Amino acid sequence: MDINDFRSLQTVLAFVAFIGIVIWAWSKRRKKSFDDAANLPFADEDQHKSTVKGENK
Amino acid sequence: MESQATYNYKVVRQFAVMTVIWGIVGMLVGVIVAAQLAFPTLTDGISFLSYGRLRPLHTNAVIFAFGGSALFATSYYVVQRTCQVRLISDKLAAFTFWGWTVIILLAAVTLPLGLTSGKEYAELEWPIDLLIAVVWVTYAVVFFGTIIIRKTPHIYVANWFYGAFIIVVALLHIVNSAFVPVTLGKSYSFYSGATDAMIQWWYGHNAVGFFLTAGFLGIMYYFVPKQAERPVFSYRLSVVHFWALVSTYMWAGPHHLHYTALPNWTQSVGMVFSLILLAPSWGGMINGIMTLSGAWHKLRTDPILKFLIVSLSFYGMSTFEGPMMSIKTVNALSHYTDWTVGHVHSGALGWVAMVSIGALYHLIPKLYGREGMFSKGLIELHFWIATIGTVLYIAAMWIAGVMQGLMWRAVNADGTLTYSFIESVERTYPFYYIRLLGGILFLGGMFIMLYNVLKTIADKGEADDAIPQVAAH
Repeated sequence: MDINDFRSLQTVLAFVAFIGIVIWAWSKRRKKSFDDAANLPFADEDQHKSTVKGENK
Repeated sequence: MESQATYNYKVVRQFAVMTVIWGIVGMLVGVIVAAQLAFPTLTDGISFLSYGRLRPLHTNAVIFAFGGSALFATSYYVVQRTCQVRLISDKLAAFTFWGWTVIILLAAVTLPLGLTSGKEYAELEWPIDLLIAVVWVTYAVVFFGTIIIRKTPHIYVANWFYGAFIIVVALLHIVNSAFVPVTLGKSYSFYSGATDAMIQWWYGHNAVGFFLTAGFLGIMYYFVPKQAERPVFSYRLSVVHFWALVSTYMWAGPHHLHYTALPNWTQSVGMVFSLILLAPSWGGMINGIMTLSGAWHKLRTDPILKFLIVSLSFYGMSTFEGPMMSIKTVNALSHYTDWTVGHVHSGALGWVAMVSIGALYHLIPKLYGREGMFSKGLIELHFWIATIGTVLYIAAMWIAGVMQGLMWRAVNADGTLTYSFIESVERTYPFYYIRLLGGILFLGGMFIMLYNVLKTIADKGEADDAIPQVAAH
């Protein structure tokens, strides 16, 4: 094997990794935790509304 | 007031306000250099106002002062709000603000004096480069330290993009700025010849990919959902396009060196990876725009959303244009012409500046405890002025660039060039006037923004929101 075989292998491995990430991301198992994560920007909102008035000087 | 029970908004406020100030400074210098191209004798005889010295000042000011401050401000805000914890160290955060300010001021002095290492977008001389490295590593400590002590189970996707931006910019800066110092104001690159060129554009294009793209996608992933009041269209897509984007951008740099001394296969690798980049780039654009799915009516009434969504449209446009221009045969026409300048500004004005402006209009009222900006009408006015300015700018440069490319390659039957170079310059003047007008409009919008921001701040005090207690999850 010369170095060019390793170079080709690297391309193949990158492609396999990509397919792996796609399968992982779309697996049912991840759904709930992704939904939770997607709602993080809103998780501290109520808190924000209640404190923002009290802290105005 | 600033106890553990509140977020650290002080550093966010400092960076947010300086974003507007540096935006005006950087764009003003941009208008000056645009005027110098339209009126070449404008500053004749004044060395520190010559085009060659002001142009790097413009690029450094808009990318690192304006864009950098926007990224510092929003990343510090987003990481606290989505991790529900105060920044790990107020002192280190303050150090990044003052350190970054000193770096910008040093750039504003040294570049007009002609002190430059000559590397595009990395012109600053070695003592400043060292300071940048220290400030950047501190930034990484503050950002990742805050993620480590987070109170939420997940790391929100915006933080992934910010994190990639911080790590890669550190890597790029340290590798590309490796120098051999001669005097305090002069150094030479550690690399030589084609290697130096390749490293420079590995840096240069990843500055676009990570500073001007990944960082601003971090802004997009927090502020678009917040402003649209709905979670991002597809979190799965955000994960996949994140990994695709960060692993592809790394290899695209050689497209800046088509038909040069760079090995031919390297140029082809750069071209192919640039073409692949279309997919992850559009993944981000689609994800951002589709977040409005089912709530399109908000675009009609909310000028902040207009800024954010139009910025994504420009992002989609320029990330289609970029891969196209990286194709060697297209590049043979476009390279060294004003088409490149048009492409850069469709990204810089349309995407980077507009998404930052939209995020700031959302952010500033929150930092000062207001319900909204002082004037919604002025945001709307700013939006239209900025959009018209951007379109005038990029359309003028597209036409000018294609015209220049065609004139430079035109040959007579006997093989001689049809046009001399100066003829192409002469024909470009009308487009330089239009570009100048576009730039003035965009700058004008920033002054409207400054007024609106100052009026918003003037009315009331500051706010440091309380951190939700652990019960949140």
